[in-house]
Amino acid sequence: MSSIHPNMALTGEPPKSINTQQKLATFLGMSGLIILLLAAFNINFPNKTLWLSISLASIFAGILWFAKAAYSDKHPGIKNDGVWFKSMSSRGYLAWLAGISLTGFYIILYFFPQFIGLVQGGDNTGLIALFDPLSKALSGNPASQWFVYGTLYTIAIAAFGIKFIWKYRHNRYEKLRTISVIFFQTAFAFLIPEFMARLNSDTFSLPYYDLKNIWPLNYYNFEQYRVDSFISAGDVGLALLLFGIVSIFVITPILTYKYGKRWYCSWVCGCGGLAETAGDSYRQLSDKSQFAWKVERWVIHSVLVFVVVMTTAVIYSYLGDDASKYWLTRDTFLIGVGVFLTLLFAGIWFFKKEELAKDARIGAIGYLVIVLSLIGFHYAGGTKLFLFNAESLRQAYGFLIGAIFSGVIGTGFYPIFGNRVWCRFGCPMAAILGMQQRLFSKFRITTNGGQCISCGNCSTYCEMGIDVRAYAQKGENIVRSSCVGCGICAAVCPRGVLKLENGSLDGRINSEEVLLGNDVDLMDLLNQKSR
Amino acid sequence: MEHIVIIGNGISGITAARHIRKNSDKKITVISGESDFFFSRTALMYVYMGHMKWDHLKPYEDWFWEKNRIELKKAWVEKIDFEQKTLRFSVGEAMKYDKLIIATGSLPNKFGWEGEELEGVQGMVTKQDLELLEKNSVNCKKAVLIGGGLIGVEMAEMLSTRKIDVTFLVREKAFWGNVLPYHDAHLISKHIISHGVDLRHEEELDKILSDENGRVKGVLTKNGEEIACEIVGLCAGVHPNIGFLQNSSLEADKGILVDEYLQTNIKDVYAIGDCVQQRKNIGERKPIEAVWYTGRMMGETLAQTLTGNKTLYKPGNWFNSAKFFDIEYQTYGWVWSKPKENEQQLNWKHEDETKFLTISFNKTSNKFLGINIYGIRLRHEVIDRWLNEERSIEYVLSHLKEANFDPEFYKTHEKDIFSAFKNQLTTA
Repeated sequence: MSSIHPNMALTGEPPKSINTQQKLATFLGMSGLIILLLAAFNINFPNKTLWLSISLASIFAGILWFAKAAYSDKHPGIKNDGVWFKSMSSRGYLAWLAGISLTGFYIILYFFPQFIGLVQGGDNTGLIALFDPLSKALSGNPASQWFVYGTLYTIAIAAFGIKFIWKYRHNRYEKLRTISVIFFQTAFAFLIPEFMARLNSDTFSLPYYDLKNIWPLNYYNFEQYRVDSFISAGDVGLALLLFGIVSIFVITPILTYKYGKRWYCSWVCGCGGLAETAGDSYRQLSDKSQFAWKVERWVIHSVLVFVVVMTTAVIYSYLGDDASKYWLTRDTFLIGVGVFLTLLFAGIWFFKKEELAKDARIGAIGYLVIVLSLIGFHYAGGTKLFLFNAESLRQAYGFLIGAIFSGVIGTGFYPIFGNRVWCRFGCPMAAILGMQQRLFSKFRITTNGGQCISCGNCSTYCEMGIDVRAYAQKGENIVRSSCVGCGICAAVCPRGVLKLENGSLDGRINSEEVLLGNDVDLMDLLNQKSR
Repeated sequence: MEHIVIIGNGISGITAARHIRKNSDKKITVISGESDFFFSRTALMYVYMGHMKWDHLKPYEDWFWEKNRIELKKAWVEKIDFEQKTLRFSVGEAMKYDKLIIATGSLPNKFGWEGEELEGVQGMVTKQDLELLEKNSVNCKKAVLIGGGLIGVEMAEMLSTRKIDVTFLVREKAFWGNVLPYHDAHLISKHIISHGVDLRHEEELDKILSDENGRVKGVLTKNGEEIACEIVGLCAGVHPNIGFLQNSSLEADKGILVDEYLQTNIKDVYAIGDCVQQRKNIGERKPIEAVWYTGRMMGETLAQTLTGNKTLYKPGNWFNSAKFFDIEYQTYGWVWSKPKENEQQLNWKHEDETKFLTISFNKTSNKFLGINIYGIRLRHEVIDRWLNEERSIEYVLSHLKEANFDPEFYKTHEKDIFSAFKNQLTTA
């Protein structure tokens, strides 16, 4: 047949191209970014307020237009057509381009802010100067690289959040969750700290920060300068300091017990917020192998130990020795930490030992012994606490975990490793919440009897790399410490098999096969044999 | 050591293999010519649509089989010598077995249409079908699908993602009308049409037309209309894949005949899954059930029998599920397309017509018989219990909320459903 024109045909092609409107929208958004790029190359825009507004508005509008062009003419429902054909979402050329650009941006942001115009003790230039008007309007201060980052971050969460809501407009859980994330980012992470800064003066100084940013995610919360300024700011400061402590030791366990870690990770947290919105197109890239799960368990818990050790050393370093001056001395503190960790360990061991896998037992015992013996060595030999001085530990943590892991790798590599690399492998807050979720929570993902067809949509679209199907096809509930409760597995399931629930603790973990359909006697038998 | 050989690595064969391994140390070999590893057949469509890649279809990582000592053999079985307990492969080799499980699944129906062997005419059941469809899609503008069942609507959705126009010929007055009550079928038809599919009811294929190269160029319908197309999808049901067993001593009708222990007429030879036909009817079930779930149950049951615990195949209450474009469907118990004697059906639909249900009960005893539900998820365990407890229709309606399995914060419709049914019951 001679009438085939392969290059002219628009039919039969896998759905990987974007439509004309989406192309125009991309152009609009990109032009907004180009204004920022030009500013970064020191083009001095005459009317900064105007150009910044044009730039940010173009980016925002470009994303919304793109979303409208992608979803508005389609039925409400799952929109995963072509995900694995599109270059951007399947580690193609565009994904690498995006990954490298983002990574480069993070490296400049963390380590070379002078390249984008940060001037210490003088007027900003370049990109940062472009943001000065907005920063002054909010806090009264000139912009910093963190203000630039915070603004772009908030725009990303808000614009891609609206895109996400459009995409999942049939799903109220997803809509509410995303509205919550947009709210917490805009109000708590972006605006409130700026307004708090406005309250500060020469006579009153309070650390202004994102109040929902809880230690250990906020690893510097208990450093000396912050604690000092909390205390010197009087009752308000003291209240904030107490709130910081209560957050991790009281509020967090209660909420996690009732709702699972999702209350934080996919409803409140800023890292999670960016992952769920701007990172949504990359959720399918997470590694689902059992090997990756093993790596995850060791790495994330090692980061947790690191942050506990580092924070202990830092607090220890600025406490005094004289109990008559202040009740909390170095010794009281250090012994307190040792006792707390031992009690925590003993409690878990006593109540939940049978739920711990072999590597969890080895890891828990190993790390406890190491931490306690380091404390012991310190008293026996008088060497430095934890072998290094507190400042080196703090710097190492800030560099390795705070900058490289959470920023450069965690977000820069979204298009390659998926959108939750930091949350899955690195975040010490997620590690704590995860332990609580696995051992002391009412949350689980319920599997609906025998309806699973092992299709694999749930596992594919799990951003945390949980092999959801492995549980669902056996009729088992999913109770995993890493699950952030985003609800996408339940959304993409074509057979209505999964449901996120807070329910009774009885039968929450059912390791037996409970497939329905087969008559009840046979199921009893299957379970007896597998015990 | 006893050698159990399983022909077919689908859900039935693999479930049997896994459970035999769980309960014993026997040597297990699984044979398939279709694919290297077990995959989810129901998810083939998602690879074509770009939701998943081939590797995502595999429920177990590749190391799983060796670790569990389940040997995999990639080959097509051509002939079975039941006397010598030997399989012959198409490449000439042979393999001995002590016990044999046939789990060869099913193939698309062909009814001797003129042109059914042409290039571009295909079904959508196997991995090879998926690869063929990928080939046939290149430059394709128009496809005609024959037969309105689950595979048909999946194919319609698949082809739509490639901007291929789909004409869908359905014999009944509405989609899948031989299975679904008209109320449900009609609404599904509307939904399919809303996705741009040219759905033709009460229309059948007469013959498939060929171009000069032996490729399909169109179809002729029984109403005399000629529709030009480059793909014809055969979706008029499936039949047991037992062609290679013809002229053997294995007793078969449409499928391999088995007793209630899934044993064939030949000692040490068993059959499970789609390729099976029950000698004795089980409840109201059809003798051949080409369904994922029944294949899995048969695999579990037979594994018990083969590991020393002779177990009757007793599937519980009927259930099934599917998705028609954006509308999820679940069914529990029996809801016939036409109510049987003494049965009554109640219908409800939400105003947006993407959520609806039909519930069936016995008019004299008021016993709840079954439910078809669309766009709302139900909890299998609860409905299953109600069926076992033989609850009344009133009980089910007033407790429907307990069975809801929709995600959190979803709007609930139980009140609306309840009042709609109260009206239907009082006016009936």
